[in-house]
Amino acid sequence: MAISTPEITADVVRAKLLGEKADISGAAFKYLLVACLLVVLAALVALITSVSGEGLEVLSTRGIADFIQRPYSIRPQIAGVYQGIVGTVTCAIIVSIFAFPLGLASAIYLEEYATDNWFTRVVDIVIRNLAGVPAVVYGLLGYALFVSGPLSNLTGGSSVLSAGLTLSILVLPIVVITSAEAIRAVPSNLREGGFGVGATRWEVTRTLILPNALPGVLTGTILGLARALGEAAPLILIGASTSGFSGGEPGDLTGKFTALPNLISSWSKLPPKNWTGNTQAAILVTLALVLGINAVGIVLRNRFEKKK
Amino acid sequence: MTPSEPTTAQKVHVNVEVDIPELPTNPAKPVVFQTEDLAVFYGDFRAVRDVNLAVHRSEITAFIGPSGCGKSTVLRCFNRMNDLIEIARVQGRLTFHGIDLYDKEVNPVEVRRRIGMVFQKPNPFPKSIYENVAYAPRLAGLAKKGAEMDEIVETSLRKAALWDEVKDRLKKSAFGLSGGQQQRLCIARALAVNPEVVLMDEPCSALDPIATGRIEDLMEEIKQQYTIIIVTHNMQQAARVSDRCAFFTTEVSETSDTRTGVLVEYDFTEKMFSNPSDERTENYVTGRFG
Repeated sequence: MAISTPEITADVVRAKLLGEKADISGAAFKYLLVACLLVVLAALVALITSVSGEGLEVLSTRGIADFIQRPYSIRPQIAGVYQGIVGTVTCAIIVSIFAFPLGLASAIYLEEYATDNWFTRVVDIVIRNLAGVPAVVYGLLGYALFVSGPLSNLTGGSSVLSAGLTLSILVLPIVVITSAEAIRAVPSNLREGGFGVGATRWEVTRTLILPNALPGVLTGTILGLARALGEAAPLILIGASTSGFSGGEPGDLTGKFTALPNLISSWSKLPPKNWTGNTQAAILVTLALVLGINAVGIVLRNRFEKKK
Repeated sequence: MTPSEPTTAQKVHVNVEVDIPELPTNPAKPVVFQTEDLAVFYGDFRAVRDVNLAVHRSEITAFIGPSGCGKSTVLRCFNRMNDLIEIARVQGRLTFHGIDLYDKEVNPVEVRRRIGMVFQKPNPFPKSIYENVAYAPRLAGLAKKGAEMDEIVETSLRKAALWDEVKDRLKKSAFGLSGGQQQRLCIARALAVNPEVVLMDEPCSALDPIATGRIEDLMEEIKQQYTIIIVTHNMQQAARVSDRCAFFTTEVSETSDTRTGVLVEYDFTEKMFSNPSDERTENYVTGRFG
């Protein structure tokens, strides 16, 4: 099996190393990736430009402060999104209070405490599927539980509290799944180190696993929150107001309410001549609000990551 | 993933007659651990069997053998780290001062405080150097913050021969240390709760020869105070540091194609490396196999 090897000389090596071979498929793949990215960006740009024209005009002629401080009105010139902002922000707070600790606790149990058996595997599959259930279904569930059901005495029926709790249930599966993944990603030698010096399971979880998993958990919560705040359908079922109402002040948890997505959806059905500008302005306000809430989450996450 | 953790940390007093196998015994060095037909299973798979040995106080006992012979698995029985593997199951007896470590009333957390562990890959916590050492004493309630804790941290770091290198940067992250320093930090972390035994699972396999030498010196220095069991791939290391040595190997089952680890021979290190009783030991220590 003699293989004839050409004599290795500097010339042979130079010819091999300097030989130009165009990597066509590699270059093609790179441009394909860039093209995909451009499509994504184009969608975003289209969204923003389509609502910027008349929306910005409304915000600039009336002033942003006026638009976000005025309540619902049937007269487009003075209609504002104040109650929508209050409803959406209140929902965000309620979701943070309920979904975050509940989801994190469930994830900790599933990852650190539960034994791997058929029951936990079924629970895992169920939770993953729940994350894909349409939001309307959660709206119906929320209606049955909080609006007409046994808890209506506490929530006041069609209220922002019912809405917030319904959105909490909606995002719970997302929070559980992402938290569980963040916990699973904590290196196992960290656990071993903790157990190896005589820490209890709770001590290992509290002092080593949670601080390491928290940035990932926060990312999951932010994603969940962003989804929850964009939902209009479940809140329609809960009874978000689609016409003028009095109230909707901060802290009024059990009274009438509305949220930004519901305002947008109801205004978009009104005569375009008078309302298109308002609808677009409301969309801009919603985008800014979601961006702001995400920014808070990202700042928190970065802080925990630095601590790590 | 739930090991049985009794809520009360009660001390168990069990009087057990321990049959020490025909091994040279030294009355000045009492038996700390005694195993009787110890076997470990992962599910239905028997990873290691027939482990009979006695570990003596203030000695360094080395476990050597080829990869997959179950020496790390056996080591992890001694502080019940195998509890963390759901499917792991222990058969036979393993006593610590005559107490069956796998008795239902034994609290594994308390076991791991008395029997510390150093792992193959340095695994400092993502905390400062100081906090790495203070971690376990704080949880164990040995000291709160302040001078008392400072003393524990300094003593532990001195024992691990690391104090002079890190005393000016105790508040810095442990990840800034070199691999060898990180491993000595892990030793300091284990010593901080003042354990009786330190288990070392190939502590030098990720280190360069100089760092390895420092850890071996350190083991020699602390062995009066601590009983040490070390698993090592490195035969020279076992010959250099250990007083007694256990040789494990793998046996292929006759009925199926599974491999099981088995303890071949256990004796004074000197005898193991000069005049072993078993041919397999001789082949291994002379480099003809493994």
